[in-house]
Amino acid sequence: MTALHQIAHGRAGDKGNTSNISVIAFDAAGWSLIRDRLTVQRVQQAFAHIATGPIRRYELPRLKALNFVIEGALGGGVTRSLAQDAHGKSLSSLMMSIDI
Amino acid sequence: MSKTATLRIGAGSSFADDRIAPAADLAERGAIDYLVFECLAERTVARENQTRRKDPSKGYTPRMLDRLEAVLPACLRNDVKIVSNMGAANPIGAAELARAHARDCGLGDIHCAVVTGDDVSELLRRQPQLRLMESGEPLESLLPAMVSANAYLGADAVCRAIATGARLVLTGRVADPSLFLAPAMHHFGWSYDDLQRLAAGTAAGHLLECCAQVSGGCFGDRLGGKDVPDLARLGFPFADIDADGSVVIGKLDGTGGRVDVATCTEQLLYEIHDPADYITPDCVLDITGLDLFSAGADRVRMTGARARPRTPTYKVTVGYDDGYIGEGQISYAGEHALDRARWAAEVVRERLADRGFSYRETRVDYIGMSSLHGMGGGRVEPYEVRLRIAMRCDSRKAAEAVGFETRALHVNGPGGGGGGSDPIVKEVLAVQSVLIPREQVDPQVRITELRS
Repeated sequence: MTALHQIAHGRAGDKGNTSNISVIAFDAAGWSLIRDRLTVQRVQQAFAHIATGPIRRYELPRLKALNFVIEGALGGGVTRSLAQDAHGKSLSSLMMSIDI
Repeated sequence: MSKTATLRIGAGSSFADDRIAPAADLAERGAIDYLVFECLAERTVARENQTRRKDPSKGYTPRMLDRLEAVLPACLRNDVKIVSNMGAANPIGAAELARAHARDCGLGDIHCAVVTGDDVSELLRRQPQLRLMESGEPLESLLPAMVSANAYLGADAVCRAIATGARLVLTGRVADPSLFLAPAMHHFGWSYDDLQRLAAGTAAGHLLECCAQVSGGCFGDRLGGKDVPDLARLGFPFADIDADGSVVIGKLDGTGGRVDVATCTEQLLYEIHDPADYITPDCVLDITGLDLFSAGADRVRMTGARARPRTPTYKVTVGYDDGYIGEGQISYAGEHALDRARWAAEVVRERLADRGFSYRETRVDYIGMSSLHGMGGGRVEPYEVRLRIAMRCDSRKAAEAVGFETRALHVNGPGGGGGGSDPIVKEVLAVQSVLIPREQVDPQVRITELRS
């Protein structure tokens, strides 16, 4: 098992109540690993206790990157969330803790 | 009119309270043609609308003068034009203030151009049937609590303001990438038919709009192979744009941070959903064919951005009152710290209920264990924990009671509770979005020049 942060990096952004989290491989080997193994189901497992909505996954092979769009992840959105981290900036670290 | 064949646009801020010194550095020795300050988060205009209602002379970005004071002398000396949305809910007032400030500082008469017309609240009041993008509900449900409605204007409006020859262009709500695209459109004479160049300029704007997030900010994990050199002296980025739409992102020598393919890729995907369908007022950007290449130390070349024509609508952010959030915090440490924090949370909620307060939503956080990523599997009980209770309600009194009861735990709660926070009360200004046809908005967009 490899923790995602060993082979990739990423950043979380917010739009309303939706978080998008990029996962960018450090190299070609890492890219084939994340492309093959980092599925929507795997991300759903890791975010099950946080996100209420569906998750979409986009591949950007030229950038060796995946983009996950996670709906219902921000407690109603940055402007009204009760959370400490209303933007969900720290959610990239949750993504990077996934073992694949 | 250009200093060089290449246009250099510097990024001066990514939000209203961003750092200022790196922007002054760009103005002073960056050989930039434009300095763009992006200062409006989603609800900032709503907040400034409220401020303006209390004091009609206010309603612009509160730190605007601090920023201008830091950069104006160098911008005038080096012929750097400033473009910014710091006008917020009062761009005309902001420009008048900026001009008065310049005169007081002996900088003379500053030619300003102001973009107005983004405020569409009157237009929306007449169209309660419009559907909210997030919920699909009719706008009507929000109208009684609406405090602002601002359309994200595009680069065309900003271009017109730049074309007046103004040294300082101030706007209210404009889409972030458009603030950066506009100088390039004006400088090179790009049109809306020129999709390849619009795509390049929009992608460049997207890379710059969060300022230091492309030059090493919000990036580092030095134990995880992501070191950021001299992070304390993090420099702000610029884009070098050519007439053919080629773009190189960089930062100044002698500043901290890093501009490389890794930092640019993180920022490129920031707040993007479908990468083939990033909608701005200027175009629909497609980054699926985009490449980033290293072009020397702290330089990254971007190629392959594509775009489709702009959509027939503007996105409007509607700000509305959504009650209050009350919050309190207190800390526990040592043996059974977590359970004492849990017990404390139960007690606060019972006491609030006994006092007859009701809350729409409650969140209990154990900071140090589960406040950011929730209670997933495998959490280790921490040595010390900070309890945070946040509750949503309709009255200020109920909100104040949350922090009051939490702080009172010092004396009236489980043993060893320390460091209780002062009660925190937030008036919630929430936002939702609607789309509005361009032809309703465009006729009210105005460019106002202020000069002697």
